[in-house]
Amino acid sequence: MPASTLPAKSTIGSFTAEAFAEHLATQNGNPTWWLERKRAAYEKFASLPMPARTNETWRFSNIGTLALDGFELTRTALIADYPAPPNVGPTAAALAFANNAIEKRQPVSDTLKARGVIVTTISDALVAHADLLRNHFMAQPQKLGSEKFAALHTAFVSDGAFIYVPQGVEITEPIVISHYATGANKAVFPHTLVVAEENAKVTVLDYFVSADSGTHFACGANDLYASHGAQITYVAAQSWSPTTLSFQLNSTVVRRDARVQSLNLHLGARQARHESLSQLQAPGAFSEMLALTVATGSQEFDQRTLQIHQAPNTKSDLLYKNALNDSAKTIFSGLIIVDQDAQKTDAYQSNRNLMLSEEAEVNSLPGLEIQANDVRCTHGSTTSRVDPEQLYYLQSRGIHPKAAHQLLVFGFFEEVLNRLESEPLHAALRELIETKLKT
Amino acid sequence: MKPLSDPETLAPAEEAAVENPSVGIDQSAGNFSYDVTYEFDAGTGLNEKTVRYISSVKKEAQWILDFRLKALKTFESMPLPTHWATKDLENIDFNKIRYYLSQGQKPKRTWDEVPDDIKNTFERLGIPEQERKFLAGVEAQFDSEAAYSNIKDIVAKQGVIFCNSTEALREHPELFRKWFGKVIPTSDNKFSALNSAVFSGGSFIYVPPGVKVAQPLQAYFRINAENFGQFERTLIIVDEGAEVTYMEGCTAPKFSTSTLHSAVVELVAMKGAKIQYITVQNWASNVYNLVTKRGLAHEEAEIKWIDCNLGSRLTMKYPGVILKGRKARGEVISIALANDGQHQDTGAKMVHAADETTSTIVSKSISVGQGRATYRGVVHIPKHLKGCKNNTECDALLINTNSRTDTYPAITVRGDQHAVQHEASVSKVSEEQIFYMQQRGLTEGQAMSLSVNGFINDLARQFPMEYSVELKRLIDLEMEGSVG
Repeated sequence: MPASTLPAKSTIGSFTAEAFAEHLATQNGNPTWWLERKRAAYEKFASLPMPARTNETWRFSNIGTLALDGFELTRTALIADYPAPPNVGPTAAALAFANNAIEKRQPVSDTLKARGVIVTTISDALVAHADLLRNHFMAQPQKLGSEKFAALHTAFVSDGAFIYVPQGVEITEPIVISHYATGANKAVFPHTLVVAEENAKVTVLDYFVSADSGTHFACGANDLYASHGAQITYVAAQSWSPTTLSFQLNSTVVRRDARVQSLNLHLGARQARHESLSQLQAPGAFSEMLALTVATGSQEFDQRTLQIHQAPNTKSDLLYKNALNDSAKTIFSGLIIVDQDAQKTDAYQSNRNLMLSEEAEVNSLPGLEIQANDVRCTHGSTTSRVDPEQLYYLQSRGIHPKAAHQLLVFGFFEEVLNRLESEPLHAALRELIETKLKT
Repeated sequence: MKPLSDPETLAPAEEAAVENPSVGIDQSAGNFSYDVTYEFDAGTGLNEKTVRYISSVKKEAQWILDFRLKALKTFESMPLPTHWATKDLENIDFNKIRYYLSQGQKPKRTWDEVPDDIKNTFERLGIPEQERKFLAGVEAQFDSEAAYSNIKDIVAKQGVIFCNSTEALREHPELFRKWFGKVIPTSDNKFSALNSAVFSGGSFIYVPPGVKVAQPLQAYFRINAENFGQFERTLIIVDEGAEVTYMEGCTAPKFSTSTLHSAVVELVAMKGAKIQYITVQNWASNVYNLVTKRGLAHEEAEIKWIDCNLGSRLTMKYPGVILKGRKARGEVISIALANDGQHQDTGAKMVHAADETTSTIVSKSISVGQGRATYRGVVHIPKHLKGCKNNTECDALLINTNSRTDTYPAITVRGDQHAVQHEASVSKVSEEQIFYMQQRGLTEGQAMSLSVNGFINDLARQFPMEYSVELKRLIDLEMEGSVG
């Protein structure tokens, strides 16, 4: 590329053509389609502008702080004391990645392996399960504003989790994937891909955490694909360091009579953008989208969701709850789209915000675009503080005001946690929330 | 209401009048135009010369001309807001629009002085003789200039000033200049800038302290020339403890090309004042109706917008209230009906700027055929305020399988001292209700009309009686042929 047409430094930051060439060299030996996709993605990333103030998909977001400068890529995992993932009891399999490289693995049992269950790394899948990966990896459209960052992810991703559950196989114990970032200014690109074939059932916990207090750049994505009658429970707990810039881009495809429940817990990062796209593609599909955010200090959590009902008789239910303290800021921007032929859609979207400080800021944009008439679509958004009457009641029962307050805040989150079937998962998330609330 | 057929092929109004036996109203009323000889015509297109021409015809003071010229620059420099609004805005050809037409006559004081042909227009629009007598004042904007204004003695005796914008800026600059362009700055949006450059007509009202105007003041706007953009400017100032209700209605015959209506309405409610502003918009289905309406509510004041949009091709209108004083209250009641080829993009804007301010938004929309109704709202509570409340409810009713509705609220709240809630629902007419009514002998169409009227009934009741009756009839009309 001649020097004059080089994109401005600010639109690519540290992710220069040289950095990409260096990364691509590490991918030698992988299938051609993979390298081609990466090249195309890098070009797209470099050519797309940074989000601008006038972009509706970035309304209310702090755009000035999205700088991509000062980060470096590394595949070398620095051996350190990695914090243990939340304790969810026995696991069906586990993978731990540190700075984009596999660090530890607990393979699936021989029984599950014999039935065709695959829990492996993307780098392994590129060799052994190329077709599956090719069909599902970042295969869905980006519709929520982060095309640029999705392209960046595809360009630089080097590893991640690949989970495949064949037809009719039900895995009761959760699969735990941990993604660590460690060392100052490291960029990580975590990826988790879950494919559940017909009537399969799987639960996955994705855990994102900084192993030290360094500033990280995390640009992650996950693809969930539930085939006919499949059931996926996907829980993501994000606990990056308080100076990290984080992107999490989710795509969920729900086929006939399938059901996907996803719960995103947001605790860490300086600025965290989460985009979640659910496509309900065939009758009977159901997507339950849940999120909990504990925002403190000057954190900004920016959540964008899209529920697309593409077929009749589909259902989606979204509940995003944010608790805000200090001068934290949250943005919830959700949209339900009901396509023209998607009659008998049942869609719900709710954003509840609990204000715990005078400086906190909530932005809520619950949207609907409905093009079919025989539907049941409602949405709601509320913003308020801890109910003084409830507080008074607890105090009148002899509970200390501070404890009463805390109880009510925990209670605020319970409504969402109660939707989880797995008791150990519920307990693990509750503990993460309580730990953050108490600090 | 929508015309039955292309107006150009219509015979004279009398012959074309189609009596509808079931609802008993004339569907072609309002669907005609007169040949009017205009004394002043700014021609098509917009440039500095147009603005100077308008200003000189109106014999305006230098500051108004300066204001207009500055606004023109702002208009030219601002892009169309298509990054969030519909791309249909790009179909407006600003160069083909006439920005000023006037017969040049002075606003009339009594009904007798109104030229016969204009009187005729009102006759045809069905303002009954009897009803006129009850009207406190009529300020009818026939094209650019007010053709008739009748301020009832009692209103004038109370010290109320009710005149058109030209007259007000000439004769009462000390009253109006202070607030003119202050609630809605020129650069608020591209269309408020356009209005600021070429405005003519519209009402200016001042109600002195403590005066409660018993009857509603009314204005009636009508576009009578093809390709004519109508840019009225209204400013209502209600002084401490005073109260007024203002009603405006608008219609236009359907011309073969689209036309533009772009008004700016500013309300100022001083301490403890109350303003109620009622609009029934029924432009022809090729009018772009892009209106900016905002009120400023001081301490304990109350501003209520009742906004009903039935006509136009595209309406973009989000009446707002800036709650500037402690305990100020703002309310928007919005009814929108979108039929084939129509997009009603309406909503509300509530900006809380003082403690203990409250706001309420209730929006109900009905989409018929391929009509599209959009709710867009802003609720803003900045930091360091206490005890602000907002409650928003949006309900959408979809009549046909391909009808469309959108909801785009934006809520910003800072601090833990407030309570804000938003709720929206989308539904269709209940099959069970229709079945029940049919079983009691109603036709499906009648049942549908009844059901739709029931949907908006609680809001329609807040309109003055004659408006709510008219509204009901219009809905009956729109619902015809929508079933099956």
